[in-house]
Amino acid sequence: MNAGHAESGKRQIFGTEPFDGDLAMRGYALNAMCYSFNTKDNRDAFVADEEGYMAKFNLTDEQKAAVRGRDVLAMLDAGGNVYYLAKLAGILGLNVQDLGALQTGMTLDAFKAALLSHGETTRRAAA
Amino acid sequence: MSQVAGGIFTSHVPGIGNAIARGLQKDPYWKPFFDGFDPVHEWLAKEKPDVAVVFYNDHGLNFFLDKMPTFAIGAAAEYRHEDEGWGLAFQRPFAGHPELSWHIIEQVVASEFDPVTCQSMLVDHAVAVPYELCWPGTEEFPVKLVPIAINTVQHPLPSPKRCFDLGRAVGRALKSWKGSEKIVVFGTGGLSHQLEGKRAGFINKEYDHFCLDNIGPNPEALLRHDSLEIVELAGSQGVEILNWLAARGALTGDVVELASNYHVPISNTAAATVLFENREFLPASA
Repeated sequence: MNAGHAESGKRQIFGTEPFDGDLAMRGYALNAMCYSFNTKDNRDAFVADEEGYMAKFNLTDEQKAAVRGRDVLAMLDAGGNVYYLAKLAGILGLNVQDLGALQTGMTLDAFKAALLSHGETTRRAAA
Repeated sequence: MSQVAGGIFTSHVPGIGNAIARGLQKDPYWKPFFDGFDPVHEWLAKEKPDVAVVFYNDHGLNFFLDKMPTFAIGAAAEYRHEDEGWGLAFQRPFAGHPELSWHIIEQVVASEFDPVTCQSMLVDHAVAVPYELCWPGTEEFPVKLVPIAINTVQHPLPSPKRCFDLGRAVGRALKSWKGSEKIVVFGTGGLSHQLEGKRAGFINKEYDHFCLDNIGPNPEALLRHDSLEIVELAGSQGVEILNWLAARGALTGDVVELASNYHVPISNTAAATVLFENREFLPASA
């Protein structure tokens, strides 16, 4: 077995769990709820009654707890896909940089500074 | 006879759409990215393409995980962008080109690809943002759209080679199209970025430069990594480089880079914009 593979046979990448069939199955209800947030009426319905809305989509207890706790890493563990979670994050007033800070345990300023530390602009133009 | 005039490869981050909606193109944070479109605007004004074939990935606007196609080709008379969950919907419609779409579908199936075909389809920010970047303002878009969606969301993803080969098949289809249109090919997304998990905020400039240096003259170099290796190198969203590989495959002539702009960061992303000209090979005899 290669060093980069766990006993599951899956490739291990630090801090990264590729969204595969296992996660897609585990996260289906949570992602279905988040997909519904493309529509403003549904976002409003969630805000008005979070528990009722989660029940309507049959979220698992683990998924409900993660949403209640605004715990992004727990939502991912529960099978949430970040493209769908981003729609929930919008309701909560969080953008992808807020999400990054929450997941890495950094302050928002520190997370932004870490990105800016890569700062580079390289331009090429044909003669 | 149709002509594939060139390719436009660009990041498509939703934050760019928000910056456009808020008029931040000259803002110091955004300007270095938007300035990369000056040569693209000049080229589009000169070439005036009639059709855009856009390789992109849908992020949960048109496709949910209940039915997730590996490859999907739009064949609608018109496409629209809609609210993706954060209240921003670009208003200009995207005129389609169903006859060309069906020609491409016929040809790629003859090349043993098996795409989903969509006569009704929404297109998300991965199409809308590049269009807004290329043709800013409020006028009707001057090109007809053929959208080709690649699954970069739910693993297993198609391999880099498969995406490149799909692009090659599309390129052959474009060459055999009897219409007189001038065509531009788009590849959208990338470069390195990761939104989720403890590695959120991951950027890999070394891999990005490898892609920028090779995608034009030596795209096969990018095929040496499989899709999960690209996730490791570019981040779980950086794997959108698959869209670039497909678009590069569709440029079957002599490919010359006209301009390239790499700017880090915008939002959580190492952003890039590259413009290629696709010159026909010189025939050996008249």
